Amino acid sequence: MSLKRSIFDLRKRKDQVRLGGGEEAIEKQVAMGKLTARARILAIVDEGSFHEYDMFVEHVGTDFDMGNKVLAGDGVVIGTGTIYGSPVCLFAQDFTVAGGSLGLMHARKITKIMDHALKMRVPLIGINDSGGARIQEGVNSLAGYGEIFFRNTLSSGVIPQISVILGPCAGGAVYSPALTDFVFVVENISKMFITGPAVIKSVLGEDISMEALGGARVHAEITGNAHFFALSEKECFEQIKKLITYIPWNNTQKAKTFPVKEPKFKTKIENIVPADARLPYDIRDIIKSIADGSEFFEIMELFAANIVIGFGRMNGETVGFVANQPKVLAGVLDCDSSDKAARFIRYCNAFNIPIITLEDMPGYLPGVDQEHAGVIRHGAKILYAYSEATVPRITVIIRKAYGGGYIAMNSRHLRADFVFAWPMAEIAVMGPEGAANIVFRKEISEAEDPEAMRQQKIQEYKDKFANPFVAASKGYIDEVIEPHETRKILLHALKISANKDVQGPSKKHGLPPF
Amino acid sequence: MADQEKQYIIVHSAKYETTYNQKYLNRKVWEEPNFNHIKSYIPGTIIEILVKEGQLVKAGESILILEAMKMYNDIKMPFKGKILKLNIESGQKIPKDFLMIEIEPVK
Repeated sequence: MSLKRSIFDLRKRKDQVRLGGGEEAIEKQVAMGKLTARARILAIVDEGSFHEYDMFVEHVGTDFDMGNKVLAGDGVVIGTGTIYGSPVCLFAQDFTVAGGSLGLMHARKITKIMDHALKMRVPLIGINDSGGARIQEGVNSLAGYGEIFFRNTLSSGVIPQISVILGPCAGGAVYSPALTDFVFVVENISKMFITGPAVIKSVLGEDISMEALGGARVHAEITGNAHFFALSEKECFEQIKKLITYIPWNNTQKAKTFPVKEPKFKTKIENIVPADARLPYDIRDIIKSIADGSEFFEIMELFAANIVIGFGRMNGETVGFVANQPKVLAGVLDCDSSDKAARFIRYCNAFNIPIITLEDMPGYLPGVDQEHAGVIRHGAKILYAYSEATVPRITVIIRKAYGGGYIAMNSRHLRADFVFAWPMAEIAVMGPEGAANIVFRKEISEAEDPEAMRQQKIQEYKDKFANPFVAASKGYIDEVIEPHETRKILLHALKISANKDVQGPSKKHGLPPF
Repeated sequence: MADQEKQYIIVHSAKYETTYNQKYLNRKVWEEPNFNHIKSYIPGTIIEILVKEGQLVKAGESILILEAMKMYNDIKMPFKGKILKLNIESGQKIPKDFLMIEIEPVK
């Protein structure tokens, strides 16, 4: 064959593979509001940067007449590209080819790009759109999943791993996303569950739709399995690209530095917080009034909204914000919010991102459901995550810091590097109302007018303890600051902490309460 | 939510104005367990009822077989007592926490 003819032949072969499951299958895919596997990758990476590998890999199934079937690329696209110039490895399952089902070679392509990402220390982005295991390949497909899960775990904390659920992801397949750092879902497109509606109905008699069982909103709001929720694939891809700008390539590097932009939030920081500790406000307004350019990239916005987590920049560098949200459930700590915050703290620690904690919470959520759901062990996750984190950790106590929650929210006692407090901060074992009831129980019950006595004693307790100066007198707080100084002092503290170096005792690994 | 009534959370006697989330609104309110109620701990199908109303049964004796997840679950009498009421019949499919049998202890 002449060179010209062989080039022609090559192009023909590639075009054939690019057609995936054929035009009809592609039409079906597009009709569902979904892009094809390659189009998705191209929508995420920089223009012209994508290179695909293993296009000519063929499946090895022979049972059940599979031997005669041709599956383009065995139903998955793998390759490398860049996002805003940062290198990434990607794979995308192709639902148009045998429903994106996972057979041995399909899995091998995925593990190949995973190995590559780990070796090259660059982020991995996996797009899931698959009916599940290729049943005809039997235990080989299970082996494939296992190999993927193992690599997810091996890469965990070394390279960022991002899962994008753009179709069904059911049964064992869900465990790869669950092991990764960030899971993206899109309304009406993403479906994740271990056991589908049909089986649930036949075994348990519970009738539920796919969307209500494991749709995007369910995972973003109820289960906490998803970190980012979007209304369209396009919005989802923008979120992914934005996330990439906030995180480093791997655990030995820092995220990219951006030009410093002063906050442009319109409300003055002093005017955001009501002086009455029992009135709500949106803690994100505080974040926006201190972060560079007032930009805050929130993670898990809908799940456990009583705590807010996400990335912003200070002095051009990525920081992680962990903040109680008085607007939702009074900003209490509970099972879900503890779990959400703890995982994020560990993420920041693994990837060298300093953590800024904004504290305003009354304590833990009371209730039998919470106690029985294990709020003790879930709550302990926050303590553990902060205590083990060696990245710079700075706390600003805005208003309330009571009891166990005060200790948990990156207190001095857990080796916070800096703890600042606003002048109306209250650091105490509990709020004045509860404390007065206990400390002055006798006086209140024996008084002629118990309610008047209670109010008097609450005031007495407030005057004495509802301020930051008792804690400051013990050195638990480094400085009591005026609200408008917050950004300035945080920038300074981050600068001073930039070369922080602490070493704990050597161990194989700790045993966090999960 | 603006037109709704204000929502509050009480922690240590202090009442905080805030908003509830869906999960909080859907939380299960705890009820004291009634040991005289034999409820299904899993949804399934009643295979066989081994007792009759009014019957006295010793602790640990099988009172019914509940099939769930392809397993035959042998439901036993928790204490010596009398069968007061059967709310199920053989072959019936039942959801979780269904009150199957009411009993009372006998000395």
